[in-house]
Amino acid sequence: MKFRARVEVQLRPGIADPEGATIERALPALGFDGVAHVRAGRSFSFEVDAPDESAARTRAAELADRLLANPVIEQSTLELEVL
Amino acid sequence: MAPRIGVVVFPGTNCEHDVVAAVEAAGGTGALVWHRDADLGGVDALVLPGGFAHGDYLRPGALARFSPVMEAVRAFARAGGPVVGICNGFQVLTEAGLLPGALQKNGRLRFLCEPARLVVASTASVLTAGVSTGTELVIPINHFSGNYTCDAETLRRLQDEDRIVLRYAENPNGSVDAIAGIANETGNVVGLMPHPERASSALLGSDDGLVLLRSLVAAAAARAAAAA
Repeated sequence: MKFRARVEVQLRPGIADPEGATIERALPALGFDGVAHVRAGRSFSFEVDAPDESAARTRAAELADRLLANPVIEQSTLELEVL
Repeated sequence: MAPRIGVVVFPGTNCEHDVVAAVEAAGGTGALVWHRDADLGGVDALVLPGGFAHGDYLRPGALARFSPVMEAVRAFARAGGPVVGICNGFQVLTEAGLLPGALQKNGRLRFLCEPARLVVASTASVLTAGVSTGTELVIPINHFSGNYTCDAETLRRLQDEDRIVLRYAENPNGSVDAIAGIANETGNVVGLMPHPERASSALLGSDDGLVLLRSLVAAAAARAAAAA
């Protein structure tokens, strides 16, 4: 079976996010009031061939943890859809 | 014979020739090691120099960790061989798990290229064995991701085990505890953001980096003598 995985990587809560903070500081000047707690991140998508959903999830999660995110400062979330 | 210092070159590394010249000024012999080589060619110490290994894609150091040479670097470090990562090399060592923590984007998202005043915080490393604690050195920094980050427990261990080797006199990038360089448990693997090779001659504005590189060359010589 083929699955499409979407991985979102963000800094862990508590780790300073200078990129998010800079974006947040720019918002009032653009007229966006009432927006807070901006966090920057990255998203990745890829296809996985696996016998079933659970196997695809395991492989994609391992890939996310070993390469896409640096677990020292980042965390990832994973979504799968069947293709 | 002068000890041989291997200088690892990844695609995108750009400080390798400066490091070779500087370790030679410090009394060693430099030898470039290509990242696809699984054999280090019998060097007595290793430097992972600065630059943008693999374009810094994904995160600085994230892809370099999978280069074939890194298995050899890991084995060399495990066997007690002196390994120093400078700037991007420091980022590679943390991504490879040879040093703890991570290097985040600088506070206030500033790219920094300036001389930094450093204070030697520990002499228990191959890079600082030849300097006294408290010595001030002026060595350039040149980075966007030099903001050293680790969890509270790791920081406590680094402090308690005397593994913070260099601190900034004025913290330029938001690093925890003003950390500019750290060592592993045994002091043979060191990572630092400042570039000692760019402070290796008075002509460059400072030769304060030489004392660090001489320590490394001395550690390499001791290893060569032990192996002979």
